[in-house]
This record gives sequence, structure tokens and C-alpha cells, in this order.
Amino acid sequence: MNKSLSRWGWLFTGPTVVAFIIGFVIPFVLGVYLSFTRFNVITDASWVGLSNYTAVWNDPIFRHAFLYTAVFTIITTVVVNIVAFFLAYMLVKAIRGRNIFRSVFFMPNLIGGIILGYIWLVVLNGVLDIWGKNVVYSSNYALWSLVIVTAWQQIGYMMVIYIAGLQSIPTDVLEAARVDGASGRQTLSKVVIPLVMPSITVCTFLTLSNGFKMFDQNLALTNGGPARMSEMLALNIYNTFYGRPGFEGVGQAKAVIFLVLVAAVVMIQNRFVRSKETAND
Amino acid sequence: MTEPRRPWTWTLAFTLLALAYVYPIFLVLMNSFKNKIYIARGPFSLPDAKSWVGLANYELGIFRTDFWSAFGWSLVITVGATFWIILCTSMTAYWVVRVNNKYAKALYLAFIFSLIVPFQMVMFTLSWFTDFLRLGNPVGLWIIYLGFGAGLAVFIFTGFVKGVPRELEEAALIDGCGPVRTYFSVVMPVLKPAIMTVTILEVMWLWNDYLLPYLTLDLKKYSTIPIAVQSLRGGYGAVDMGALMGVLVLAMVPVIVFYLVAQRYIIQGVVAGAVKG
Repeated sequence: MNKSLSRWGWLFTGPTVVAFIIGFVIPFVLGVYLSFTRFNVITDASWVGLSNYTAVWNDPIFRHAFLYTAVFTIITTVVVNIVAFFLAYMLVKAIRGRNIFRSVFFMPNLIGGIILGYIWLVVLNGVLDIWGKNVVYSSNYALWSLVIVTAWQQIGYMMVIYIAGLQSIPTDVLEAARVDGASGRQTLSKVVIPLVMPSITVCTFLTLSNGFKMFDQNLALTNGGPARMSEMLALNIYNTFYGRPGFEGVGQAKAVIFLVLVAAVVMIQNRFVRSKETAND
Repeated sequence: MTEPRRPWTWTLAFTLLALAYVYPIFLVLMNSFKNKIYIARGPFSLPDAKSWVGLANYELGIFRTDFWSAFGWSLVITVGATFWIILCTSMTAYWVVRVNNKYAKALYLAFIFSLIVPFQMVMFTLSWFTDFLRLGNPVGLWIIYLGFGAGLAVFIFTGFVKGVPRELEEAALIDGCGPVRTYFSVVMPVLKPAIMTVTILEVMWLWNDYLLPYLTLDLKKYSTIPIAVQSLRGGYGAVDMGALMGVLVLAMVPVIVFYLVAQRYIIQGVVAGAVKG
């Protein structure tokens, strides 16, 4: 059977592979190559070795963007997961109207990042205007504004995943904990949380990777302001490519570093949570 | 374990929280009927006789952004790209799992690798390459999205195909069906839940994607809703708040309608996608 199917590989994999080569492989390989060159248009690239990478290292705005992104990612990961878990934990209980509440909390997730950014620009600037300030008053104002928007968007999504995790806990386990006289807090920390560890793995993975890759909201809400002090990595790379002629190679080197950072974060998270999961087995 | 119903105070607390949650959307809707001077001066006050401008913001926003054309192209791109992603990647995933030779394994690894690559890594070169290949149009974007989006879809489909029993296909093959007919008449119907999941995840991504179409589409001819919204921000960050409010409301309406119609599937899709992810 495999023989006859394998002869049809060109049909089953052909279209995807051709598109994958156009949409991913060639741009990726070309991107890695260009990070070692200087160019304005791709066809006149000249090899410059590692000098783009040293230029990135010496770019204080990029270093700031890196730290800013890291802080933002840590805050959003913690805030989103704690609030989402709390909401999920409450909304699996027999509260009247819980399905409506779940729907409401999930809804912002469907709205795109650009649109979300502008919605919150109105709200936050309206509130901050009371004190004569706005979202780009300082990098701290911008940071917390971005945190609020991100939380509003992602809490519902993660809540839905946590609800599924909580509902998959067999009721007799909870019954047993109750019969054994475990308090509410003990049940939560010793029974519930270990059993929803797979959901926690997925949600921290998603919030971490969303945080690091954040672009649309950053563009719409603060556009990096004030004075590029709220520029996160993705926006910094974009501005290097399209805002500074002659720095395309540096932009590409930043993109390679960005990829390595994202991959490292994903792998460390994976290692860390996996060890937790097995520790609780 | 039948739980006792929680008292009404809980419902009340969550009602307040839910109202706070939708308040930003309500605020935008309210301001969309106000003159732009009043939006800036008092965004939290209800429209009154002085600030009321009727549908003027909507008319201006639609005119400035060519909204209906952006809406149409968003629809064409999202529906077309989702269709091709579902069709092509499900076939690829099936082939990769069942044949499982060296080529299949290498292909699978390449797709998984592409999953972690952020768009910034390829954005500059992809933008140049689509232009080079004259793919900067909605149909070209179907190909680009199929390529760049293949990773997640293949990943979800392979996970699902592994759980499909081979006996079904073998019976069809014994009955004289070729592999292609077997796939379409026997395997694909079984993949329906995975197809739902991938459809939901792709639609949510494609409809809202801003940067990829912005960098690859020929913007003189085509636009999408996120591009239209962002285009209202002129040079030096100045925005016509009135037009912006109108366009924001128009941009949210299709999403909310989609959510109301397909809510159950959306949530199932998200959960299934997350478990596989």
C-alpha cells in the first residue's frame, strides 16, 4: 500500500512543497546569507563577514529593545496566565451565566492586533488625559499600556485552554481529595495545578512566544514612542529595514539574532516545564 | 459530583467584570457618532446634540480607506488561502505519516522548523521575492500563505492522521480505489475535526494579519482591513479620530458576526489546536 501511495508523492506533497520553497525556504536561506552582506537592493549584496553582527551589538537602541521586550514578555506571561487561570477556575464552577462570561472574555482575541491597538489608544489616552499624559508619555506608560492591551487580548484565549484542562480532571479525584479532608487551597495546589500542567505548558509557551514576537499592537498603540523607547524587537527590526537606508544588512543580522532568541526562549521553556511535569508524576 | 449553584453575587461580580471587558468596544462605537473634536475632548461622554454627526465618520472613513475594497480583498485572501492550506497541507500530512520515508521525515522536520521562525526573519527577502515573482496580488498571497503557514497546518494534521486507523484505507484500496480516490473519499471525511481546527486557526490569523500583506501586496491596487485601518495614521502619527472610529467599528462587525455564528467551533478549534500545539 505504501508503495502505491509513495508514487503519488508529487501530487500529495508537490503543491505544499513548491509554496513552502517560495514562501519560506528561499526567503529564509537568502535572509541568512544577506545578514553577512551589505546591500541596498538584494541583487547588489557584497560580503562583509560579521560586521553586521558587531553593528547590532553596538546598537544601544536594539539592546534597549531587547531588554524592553524581555520585561514585557515576562510581565505579560505572568499576568495573562494568572488571570486566565483564575477566570477559568471560577468559570468551571456552577455560576449562573458562565457560558456568556466565557464568550465575552474570549471575544477580544478575534480582533486583530492593529485594530486592538487603536481601540485601546482611545481608551488609554482618554484616561491618561485626566492627568495631562498619554500612552507615549514615557517608556513606562507605554509598557503598561501594551501590557493592558495584550492582557485584554490573550486572557480569554488562555482561559479557554485552562477551562478545557480543568474539565478534563476526573471528578472522583477531586471527590477523593475532599473526602480526605483537603482544604480548598490544598486541593488547588496539590491536585488541580499538577493535573492541569499540560495546559500551563501550552499557555506559557503561547504567551512567551506571542510576547517576544509582538508587533501589531506595538505599531498601532505606541509606534515605538517616545523616541523609540517603547520599540520592541520586531518593530526595531522593521524600522531598521525600512527606516534606515544602508542598514538592510544590519536589519537582517538582527532578524537572525531574533530567531535565535525566540528559539532559545521556546527551548528553555520546554525544558523547564517538562521537568516540572515529570517531577509531579 | 453535582455542585451546588453559586449565589447570585458571583453572577453579579462577573457581570460587572464582563461589562468592563466590553467597555472599550462600546466606547469606540459611541465615539464613532461624535465629531472628532469631541472625541479628543471628551471620549467618555455620550454623544449629545452638539457632538452628534450621524454617519459622517463612517462615510469619511470608508472614503479615505476605500474600505469596501479592502473588505473584499480581505475576504478573497482569507477564504482562498484557507482553502488551499486545508487542501494541500492535509494531503501532505497524510502522505508524510503513511509513507514515512527519508524524504517524508526531512519534510516534516523542515515544517516544524518553520514553525518557530518569526516573520521578521524572512520579511525583507519575502517582500523582495514576491515582487520578483509578480506574486503581489491576492492569488499570489494564497501561495505565499500556503508556504509560510504550512508549518502549523501540517503539524496539526500529522498529529491527527497518526490516530486514524489504517484499516479504513486498506479496505478502500482492496476494493480497487487508487490512493488519490482513497484519500478524498475515505480519509478526508475522517479528518473533519482537524479540518475544523485548522480552518479556525487559519482564519483568525489570515483575517487579522497586517505585516505580511502590507509588505507583499501591490498596495496601489490591493488592500486588506488591517492595512486600511493602519493607513489612516498619516505622516507624523496624526490620525483623523472620527474616520478612525468609523473604520474600527466596521472592522469589528464581521469579526463579531463570525464569532456569534461559529462560537462553538472557534472555541473547540482553539482548544484542539492548543492541545496539539
